[in-house]
Amino acid sequence: MKNNWATAAFVILLAVVPTVAFSGYHLFQLTMVVVYAVAILGMAILVGFNGQISLGSGAFYAIGAYTTAILMTTFDVPYWATLPVAGIVCAGFGFLIGLPALRLAGHHLALTTFALAVAVPQVLKYKLFEDWTGGVQGLVIDKPDPPFGLPLTSDQWLYLFSLGVAVLMYVLAWNLVRGRIGRAMRAIRDHATAAEAMGINLAMVKTRTFAVSAMYTGIAGSIGAIVVAFVAPDSFSIFLSITLFVGLCAGGAASIPGTIVGAIFIEFVPNFAEQVSKAAPGAIYGVILIAMLFLMPMGAGGFLARLWRQSFGSRGRSAGDARPAALGHDTSVPVDLTGSLARADRMPVGRGEGVKP
Amino acid sequence: MPALLEAKGLHAAYGETKVLHGIDFSVEEGGVTALLGANGAGKTTTLRAICGMVHTDGDIILGGEAIAGMATEDVVRRGVAHVPDGRGTFMELTVEENMRLGAYTRKDREVEADFERMFGYFPRLKERFRQQAGTLSGGEQQMLAITRALLLRPRLLLLDEPSFGLAPLIVKEIFNIMRRIRHEEKVSILLVEQNASLALAFAEDAYLLETGRIVVSGKAADISKDESIRRSYLGY
Amino acid sequence: MEGLIHQIIAGIATGGIYASVSLALVMIYQATHHINFAQGEMATFSTYITLTFINLGMPYWVAFFLAVAVSFCIGVAIERVLIRPMINAPILSAIGVFIGLLLIVNSMSGWLFDYTIKQFPSPFPDESLFGGYVSGHQLGSTGVTLAVLTAVYLFFRHTSLGLAMRAAALNPVSARLVGVRVGWMLALGWGLAAAIGSVAGCMVAPVVFLDPNMMAGILLYAFAGALLGGIDSPLGAVLGGFAVGVIENLGGAYIVGTELKLTMALVIIVVVLTVRPSGLMGRTVQSRV
Repeated sequence: MKNNWATAAFVILLAVVPTVAFSGYHLFQLTMVVVYAVAILGMAILVGFNGQISLGSGAFYAIGAYTTAILMTTFDVPYWATLPVAGIVCAGFGFLIGLPALRLAGHHLALTTFALAVAVPQVLKYKLFEDWTGGVQGLVIDKPDPPFGLPLTSDQWLYLFSLGVAVLMYVLAWNLVRGRIGRAMRAIRDHATAAEAMGINLAMVKTRTFAVSAMYTGIAGSIGAIVVAFVAPDSFSIFLSITLFVGLCAGGAASIPGTIVGAIFIEFVPNFAEQVSKAAPGAIYGVILIAMLFLMPMGAGGFLARLWRQSFGSRGRSAGDARPAALGHDTSVPVDLTGSLARADRMPVGRGEGVKP
Repeated sequence: MPALLEAKGLHAAYGETKVLHGIDFSVEEGGVTALLGANGAGKTTTLRAICGMVHTDGDIILGGEAIAGMATEDVVRRGVAHVPDGRGTFMELTVEENMRLGAYTRKDREVEADFERMFGYFPRLKERFRQQAGTLSGGEQQMLAITRALLLRPRLLLLDEPSFGLAPLIVKEIFNIMRRIRHEEKVSILLVEQNASLALAFAEDAYLLETGRIVVSGKAADISKDESIRRSYLGY
Repeated sequence: MEGLIHQIIAGIATGGIYASVSLALVMIYQATHHINFAQGEMATFSTYITLTFINLGMPYWVAFFLAVAVSFCIGVAIERVLIRPMINAPILSAIGVFIGLLLIVNSMSGWLFDYTIKQFPSPFPDESLFGGYVSGHQLGSTGVTLAVLTAVYLFFRHTSLGLAMRAAALNPVSARLVGVRVGWMLALGWGLAAAIGSVAGCMVAPVVFLDPNMMAGILLYAFAGALLGGIDSPLGAVLGGFAVGVIENLGGAYIVGTELKLTMALVIIVVVLTVRPSGLMGRTVQSRV
C-alpha cells in the first residue's frame, strides 16, 4: 500500500513541478524524456522480458510517427485520436515481423532487425509513397492547443498529455509483466524448450510480445511526432534504433523503472557529450555504453531499482525490477543481463561427441 | 626413480561445486597407472585438473616442475597429451588435419616419419587420411584421438575412458595396440576407465576414486586379485 | 543487352567488395559466434588512415599496405581489450559492446578526419576497357579482392597457423589440448578481418566517396551475402557476396529502382533466414558417435 501512495505522489510531483518550473526548450526536453521512456519500455518488454533481441525499434517509432503525421495532415484527424490508430497499426506490423522472427534468435534476430532499421529511411523516401509521406522533405504538423481553454501553453499541455499517456502505458506494462503472460514471456526468455514443455505456446506469446512492443514504441513515435511537430525520413535512421538500444541497456534491459533512467540518459547525455567534445558525442556515447556493460551489468536502472526497494521495503519479489539472480534462485524474477540470456543462447560445443558430465 | 607425475593434496572444483577433496597419486616414469571409480567419482576431473582445465588447489608436479595453475596450452607444451572423454575430434577437419594439429607444437622434421609409424599402429587411419573426421566410426575416432596425442611426442599420455561407447571387440583391439604403443613409444600413461577389469589388466598401479577421494591404492595386480575390493568398489 | 552486361560486371565488381567484407564477418563469426556490427566502421576508419598516409606524401601502394598493417594491429587490439572480456557475457551484453564499438569507431572517423565528403584516389587507370564494358577501377578492384580472397584461402588451407586458427574456431577445448593458444588465434582472426576491411574500404571509396558513414550500406549487403552463402562457410560467404552484388545491381536497375536497393538487402536477409537459415553452402557436419 505504501508503495502505491508513494508512486502516486511521485507522479503528481512529476506532473506539477516541471510544468510550473520549466518552459520552452527545457520542458520540451522533459517531454522527449517521457516519449523515449515509453519507447524504451516497449523495447524492455520485447528484449528484456522476452529475450528477443531487436535492433529495429526505430522502425516502429517511425511508423507510429508517420501514421500520426499522415492522419493529421491528410485527414485532419485530431492529434489524440491518432494515438490509438498508430498503436494498432504498429501492433499489426509488429505481429507481422514477429512471425519470421520466430525462427530467429540471438545474433540472427539482431541482424535482421538491424537491417529493417537501416531500410526504413529508404522506404520513407520512396517516390511511390511521396504523396503520403512528403518524401525527403517530410511533413509538418500543427502543434495542438490545450483543450477546454485551459490556461496552459502548448508546451505545457503537451508535457502533461505525454505524461498522462505514459502513466497509462506504464501501468499496463507493469500489470502485463507481473501477470501470467509476463511469466510466460520470461519463461521463454530463460529457457524456451522448458517453457514449451510446460505447455506455453511459444509462437503465440512471442508474436504477441512483438506486437505489444511495437505498439508501445509506435505510440511513443506518435507523441514524439506531435511534440516535435515534424517528421522526415532522416530522423528515423539506424541511429535512432541504436540510441533507443543504448537507452535500453543503460536502464538495465529488464527493469521497468530502468526505462526512465535510460530515457534520461539518451536525452541528456548527448548534450553533455557535445560539450566535452564537439565532434565526438557518438564516441562518448559508445564509451559510456561499453563502460556500463562492463561495470554495471544490471544497468543503472537495476541499480536504482535495488535502492528503491531497499528504501521502501519489498512485498516479496517485484516483477518490474532487475536483480542479480544466481543460478538456482527463483527465475520467475527477471534476471539481470548476466543471467539466463547467456544460457538460453549458448549451444553446447562439440557435435556428436559424448561429452560426459 | 622419482615419479614423472605427482599430485599432492589436489582439490578441484567447478564453480561452487567441489569435486576433488585433496587426493594424492603418482605416475611412474614409463609406467601405466589406472584411475578407477564410478560415474561422478571425479576421474575425468582429475585429468582436467592436470591439464589446467579446472580450478585447482594443491600441487601437481611434472618431471620436477610445478604445473598446477598453468594454462592448458602451457601444460601441453611440457609434454602432456590428453585424449579427452568424447575423443575431442575436430569433426569438420580431415583425418590428416587432425593429425597435423597433433604435431602443431613440434618444430622437428620427423613429423612425416611419425605419421608412418602411427599408420603402423592404426592402418585404418591411412585409408581414411583425407576423409572428414566426423565420418569415422567411434572406434576409428578413438584411434585418431590417440594418434593425435602421440604425435605430440608426449612424456605423459592421459587417456579418458577410451572404451566409452565402443564395441568390446574394438576396445580389445585398441588396448592391444596400446600395449604395443606403450613399449615402443616409451610414454607414461595415466588411464581413466570405468571398465575396471580392462584397466587393471593393462596397468601396473591403480587408484580407486570415490566421490572425490582416493579409497584404495596399490599395484593393479594385487587389487584385481582382492575379491572384497572388487566386489565392493568395482562391481565384479 | 549492353546494359545487362554493364550491370552484371558492375555487380561483380561491387560483389567483390561485399565478398571481402562478408569474409571478414564470417571469420569473426566462426571464431566467436558473434556478428561484428562494427565491421563497416572499422573498414571506413582504415580507409581514412590510408588517405592520411597518401596525403603525407606516400605513394599509393605504400600507404595501402601500411594502412593494412595498422588495421591489423587495431583489430588485434580491439579483440584483446574489448572482446576478450565479453567472452562469457550474455548475448545482449555482447551485442551492446559491438554497437558501442560501432559508435566509437564511427565517431573517431568523424572527429579525426571531419565529416566532409572526400575524394579517394584509385590506383587503377581511369579508362574504359574491353569495349567500354569495364572501367579500369572495376577490373582492378576485382583483381585485388580476388587476390585477397585467394591469399586468405591459401593461408587457411595450407599453413600450420591457418589450421590452428580453424581449429580454435571449431573446437577451442580440443585446440588447447594440442597446444594452440586459442586466445591469440581469436586476436589474429580479428586482425585479419580488420586488414581485409581496410582493403575493401580502399577499393570502394573511389566509387562512393569517403565519409564516415560510407560503409553502412555496404555492411548490410555484406551481411546479406554472408547469410546467403552460409555464415559458417567462408567460401559460401564469398560466393554470397558476389551474388548479392549482382542481384543488387540487376534488381536496382530493372526491378525496384536504385532507391530501394537497401530494402532488397533486407528482403534477402529475411528470405534466407526464414527459408534456409544455414545459407546455400552452410555446412551440415556429418558426425557419428
